[in-house]
Amino acid sequence: MSSSSPPLAGVPPRAVPAGPPGPTGKPAIKDNYLNADYGWKSWLFTVDHKRIAILYLLSVTFFFFVGGAFAVLMRLELATPEGDLVQAETYNKLFTMHGVMMVFFFLLPSVPAVLGNFLVPLMIGAKDLAFPRLNLLSWYIYTIGGLFSLFAVVSGGVDTGWTFYAPYSSTYSNTHVIATALGVFISGFSSILTGLNFLVTIHKMRAPGMTWFRLPLFIWAHYATSIIMLLGTPVIAITIVLLALERLFQIGFFDAKLGGDPVLFQHLFWFYSHPAVYIMILPAMGVISEIIAAFSKKRIFGYSFVAFSSLAIAILGFLVWGHHMFVSGQSVYAGLIFSFLSMVVAVPSAVKTFNWTATLFKGSIQLDTPMLYALGFLGLFTIGGLTGLYLATLAVDVHVHDTYFVVAHFHYVMVGGVVMAYLGGLHYWWPKMFGRMYPEFLARIAAVVVFVGFNLTFFPQFLVGYQGMPRRYHEYVEEFQVLNVLSSAGASILGLGYLLPMIYLTWSLYYGRKVGPNPWGAKGLEWEQAGSPPTTFNFERTPLVTEEAYAYPDARPQITARAGHGGRHE
Amino acid sequence: MSEHSGPLAHHFDDLEQQHEAAELGTWALLVTEVLFFGGLFAGYAVYRHQYPAAFARASDSLNVQMGGWNTAILLGSSVSMVLAVHAARLGKSRALGLWLLATIALGSAFLGVKYFEYEHKWHDHLIPGPNFQFQGVPGGHEQLFFGFYFAMTGMHAFHMLIGLGLLVWLSRRAFRGDFSAQHHPWIEMVGLYWHFVDLVWIFLFPLLYLIGRHA
Ligand SMILES: [Cu+2]
Repeated sequence: MSSSSPPLAGVPPRAVPAGPPGPTGKPAIKDNYLNADYGWKSWLFTVDHKRIAILYLLSVTFFFFVGGAFAVLMRLELATPEGDLVQAETYNKLFTMHGVMMVFFFLLPSVPAVLGNFLVPLMIGAKDLAFPRLNLLSWYIYTIGGLFSLFAVVSGGVDTGWTFYAPYSSTYSNTHVIATALGVFISGFSSILTGLNFLVTIHKMRAPGMTWFRLPLFIWAHYATSIIMLLGTPVIAITIVLLALERLFQIGFFDAKLGGDPVLFQHLFWFYSHPAVYIMILPAMGVISEIIAAFSKKRIFGYSFVAFSSLAIAILGFLVWGHHMFVSGQSVYAGLIFSFLSMVVAVPSAVKTFNWTATLFKGSIQLDTPMLYALGFLGLFTIGGLTGLYLATLAVDVHVHDTYFVVAHFHYVMVGGVVMAYLGGLHYWWPKMFGRMYPEFLARIAAVVVFVGFNLTFFPQFLVGYQGMPRRYHEYVEEFQVLNVLSSAGASILGLGYLLPMIYLTWSLYYGRKVGPNPWGAKGLEWEQAGSPPTTFNFERTPLVTEEAYAYPDARPQITARAGHGGRHE
Repeated sequence: MSEHSGPLAHHFDDLEQQHEAAELGTWALLVTEVLFFGGLFAGYAVYRHQYPAAFARASDSLNVQMGGWNTAILLGSSVSMVLAVHAARLGKSRALGLWLLATIALGSAFLGVKYFEYEHKWHDHLIPGPNFQFQGVPGGHEQLFFGFYFAMTGMHAFHMLIGLGLLVWLSRRAFRGDFSAQHHPWIEMVGLYWHFVDLVWIFLFPLLYLIGRHA
């Protein structure tokens, strides 16, 4: 397709002011957001969405390894049937803190707060998010909330499970429930503010020509995510408030002994916490759309279906929470409806998966590291999603409820899905964020190690769960040992797979090969119109968008051929 | 490219875009608030349905007069807030400041009445917890009603305190002459917020004080 007009025209550039002279007398180089300013103050008081993304990257990584440390201890304990390494009480704290740290302080903010923060303005052609100071505030709130919960761990831990089920959490547990829950409560506001910022930014800050149906699918995914953040998070906030009131003043909101109903807690909790799964997975799906398009050099098949499926997930996701409560004593009819709706909500996810697969078909596929993660995502998310259907089936759920089958299912979605996408996205946009390439060979090895380690860790858990091993116990009967040893062995491989990127990515900050603006030859404003790393205000000129997303040259070979025959020359 | 020169922030193209963003952001925040209070309303509805007699008895013991006066006071504060926003649009800084002060006065009056209501409850042992007694009887599902009563009105009062803090800040800026007819950031946003908090009370009053009364 030869066209004389460039795909992305722009308005004339504005003069870029030269920086003040550096120590050597020459003007200091201030050509990107990283070297625009120096010193810790320039980071802690920044309002630049890209720098805030880096702040999030650091904190999210920290909480990931804290949460991971608890998992290591659990898998060590479970290597033998006897409870020999830790006692039952300690084990309860381990799985609780693992869940709290991973869900609230890693999975929820990982993709949106790191990659979303960095990329939403870049992808839509804006200078920043709509409310930059609010953005910085949300990082502080998140970090304070995280440290609050971490404080609870250091000072004795909490043993309720990440679900904080009442009345155990409100009446009986003698651990730091309030401190931990308060940390979750606080960080919830960070989630709300991030969602609000994304929503307003996507509505109001798009560059000229960037219509809704030219938006990258990453943006659609974050738009849908921000809706869930805004509608779901306040409900967990009020639930935690009620829980704290019950614990502090013995008001029987949930404790049956005081006149309340524990199932109400579960309703309120899952009204948020099921949609929260989509706060985690939707942005991850956005990453996958970007990677698959870039490494197949094709437009995403059925773009509008993928876009609308994000919105469908955001809406339907609010109607299925009862599938966590099939054995809680909720009404049978409610169970039936929740079961049915849970199957319906699988449809938009399946639509995405089929469309990604169709995109791969006849694409010119490059197996660089991000693509390896994306392909890993496709496989693991499919397994995670399909086993979700088992659990949505009332009768099967009664059998496998509270077993390792459930644990394996949500780890396939959360770790096999979200973490794979997060790592893939991190590699894909790493050269954009820091202007340097990571070591490709090592990264491919790490991606394979993660994939193998992950499956070895969690696939045995499907089997052992189906055989009836319950979750949340520190000991088990001897028949389950082989599968548990496999799982623990896998976990050590997986741990290695996570440490590797941490090491070589840090290394690449100093020694990585320098790259130009678009090392992948990818489409999108962040690659075509911004430097690597971008300047503080992202673009030298406000981009003018004249084409759809993923307009790769060979996207529509037949149409081009026909246009050629018709003698259309523009 | 200086960062904060004049009313237009560096990352917006024009004031209109900036204004629209602020407005949409406020509405999004209010939607969040609806869901936040929604959790409380849902819980209240469930238990009201479960224990209708106890809830009606407990509701009967609330002071409708005080609640009624407070409703009137709060509606009055919404009127003065509307007039403040109107004055801001006309660029009348002094009138804006005075209407904001009126709103602050009415909002404080509401909280004052609320304080006396709470104090009466304290005297009557109606604070949930080990010392709770309803008409001499400890415990009972009336306690649950008062749990919700304090959680809901307390949460509402907390939102009013935030609103009052914002109003104090805005009135000082108004008298300093920070606002013009073209550009008066925060005024309309805080106005929306204030009306929302008012609206929450409009739902709380009949739910807590009026429904199922047999006086
Ligand atoms: Cu769910």
